[in-house]
Amino acid sequence: MNRIEERLKTLKQNKEKAFVAYITAGYPSPDYFEPIMLALDKAGVDIVEVGIPFSDPVGDGPVIQDASYHALLNGTTPAKVLEWVANLRKKTNIPILLFTYFNPILVQGISSFLQKSAQIGVDGILCVDLPIEEADNYKTEAEKNHLSTVFLVAPNSSEERIQHIVQKCSGFVYYVSRLGVTGEKDTIAADLSTSVERIKKYTDLPVMVGFGISKPEHASFVASVSDGVIVGSAFVRYLKEHAKNPQWEDGFVRYVKSLVDATKKEKQPE
Amino acid sequence: MKTLSENLFTEQKTPYPDGKGRYGDFGGRFVPETLFVALEELEQVFRSAREDKEFQKTFQSYARDYIGRPTPLYFAQRLTEYLGGAQIYFKREDLAHTGAHKINNALGQCLLTKRMGKTRVIAETGAGQHGVATASAAALLGLECCIYMGTEDMERQRLNVFRMRLLGAQVVGVDAGSKTLKDAINEALRDWSLNVKNTHYVLGTVHGPHPFPWICREFQKIIGIEARQQILEHAGKLPNLLVACVGGGSNSIGLFYEFLNDKDIEMVGVEAGGKAIAPGMHAARFAGGSFGMLHGAQSYVLQDEFGQIGTTHSISAGLDYASVGPEHAWLYSSGRVKYTYAMDDEALNAFQLCARLEGIIPALESSHAIAYVLKEAPRRPQDHIILVNLSGRGDKDVEHASKFIKLDT
Repeated sequence: MNRIEERLKTLKQNKEKAFVAYITAGYPSPDYFEPIMLALDKAGVDIVEVGIPFSDPVGDGPVIQDASYHALLNGTTPAKVLEWVANLRKKTNIPILLFTYFNPILVQGISSFLQKSAQIGVDGILCVDLPIEEADNYKTEAEKNHLSTVFLVAPNSSEERIQHIVQKCSGFVYYVSRLGVTGEKDTIAADLSTSVERIKKYTDLPVMVGFGISKPEHASFVASVSDGVIVGSAFVRYLKEHAKNPQWEDGFVRYVKSLVDATKKEKQPE
Repeated sequence: MKTLSENLFTEQKTPYPDGKGRYGDFGGRFVPETLFVALEELEQVFRSAREDKEFQKTFQSYARDYIGRPTPLYFAQRLTEYLGGAQIYFKREDLAHTGAHKINNALGQCLLTKRMGKTRVIAETGAGQHGVATASAAALLGLECCIYMGTEDMERQRLNVFRMRLLGAQVVGVDAGSKTLKDAINEALRDWSLNVKNTHYVLGTVHGPHPFPWICREFQKIIGIEARQQILEHAGKLPNLLVACVGGGSNSIGLFYEFLNDKDIEMVGVEAGGKAIAPGMHAARFAGGSFGMLHGAQSYVLQDEFGQIGTTHSISAGLDYASVGPEHAWLYSSGRVKYTYAMDDEALNAFQLCARLEGIIPALESSHAIAYVLKEAPRRPQDHIILVNLSGRGDKDVEHASKFIKLDT
């Protein structure tokens, strides 16, 4: 059992909802990676999605596009991200899910990249532009290395596709709460509980919801109808606006914690 | 010229794409989940449309009356005499409505949009030709139209931006990344994933996730079908060599496809050599690229060792792209088609020579194909026939080219 699965098991026993945070590795600069990860840990985040920056992030909105662009300018490479994770493992056991586009792992070799990732302490992988139809080899290699594989379900995924997608998922299922790309929005889809129920018909895995969440009231609403909350762009934006301030860590921990707390106050049904 | 087959879209020359949208090891459907559903819907609609005689009739009647097909096949006599070797024929796609072959696919896909009951189309454009073609077809069929274009390309192609707006399209500048075609495609994909319920993405070339490379080929293969009949009428025999420029690869596939099973006919695709075959200075994917995945398809890609997509350069915006259609990747790896490149200055030279000798100003894209012919024709005997696809006209490039060409007054 990897760290993601262990954490999810504990949460289930405690009837707690999960909180998942996304950050772009190497943004605002490589020096920030470790302090950000430790701040997320301190704020009570359950799983961190570590985004490997890609030159052409078609699934992302302006905030993460901009962060990816700057992270690449700062010299971030997949090899460096793995090195940072390896160093981080001396300080924390926080579960880590790599969030990547397909080309970087295709080019470096799916088998060797996944093996290396698992060895240095990564627990799972999400490849945003790899649909299940193209993922047979990837899935086999991930399983070999005990990495969780998270796939996305979208509002327009058919019932038949949902059944196939959840079969390929391990760890959890990522439900994208709306069409479009990543980024904060003022409102969250009101019919979210129906959508989550549609997925839960076909799987016992936890269903986490992401895309558009930036405020504690979003988090508590999402947590009330699902198994957990995923927040990304809002944190990246926070770092963009505040990371230059020498005291950024305290404010960041407080902001993350406000969302974690809103999530955690919702309990799993008996 | 004979009328086109009733089975225009169902007669296939190769087993590809296969059931998974592959051409050998290339192609596929690598997109985020939101778009996967749209690709399945598009494939289903295209499969039913291609069997539908009414759809074919509609496409063919617009092709004749709106696009002006068949476009002529033209014997370039003065160029042939000047080079003193093989006979050179131009397939005159520059005479198609809107000035390039792009309209064949744009019109076909706008007809599919209507069939899907969608009301809005979006498209990316580099040189502006596909944007103008899509804006025209959208106006013709009463569809709302939004074109994404890199801000650097908008600068290079100011007149085409005005043309698109004149045709009622919204033109959105893309300021991200290299500010060229690749970034315009990223933005179009993002728009599509948000507005997929009412919007179709008219992808302009034989690239992208399946079924796009297939659909675009099916709408472009009319070029080769016509050319085959025309050369037999003109010359009484088939050509020895076909030449076309390759950006994403739609005009070249359009010409080549009909001849793929004629084993004796050689085919050459000409990529953009830019300033030099060095990272960031060209767009010759087969010369400087490697296996990878960009914009939904596995193919040859200009990239670094970590799979980050490289920047590209070409004097011609339409060839300035980091990847190439998956069917080309397959034709390259199987050896059926040879690929080479022409440098910026060679293309500019061909651009001028064609203007002076034939009274035809070719697009800078097509000038790359002619540049290769300038080298190849003199090496061949006079009874050889070279058929080159003059994929677009060069009016759009005159302003840009004037910065590089010094003419005597």
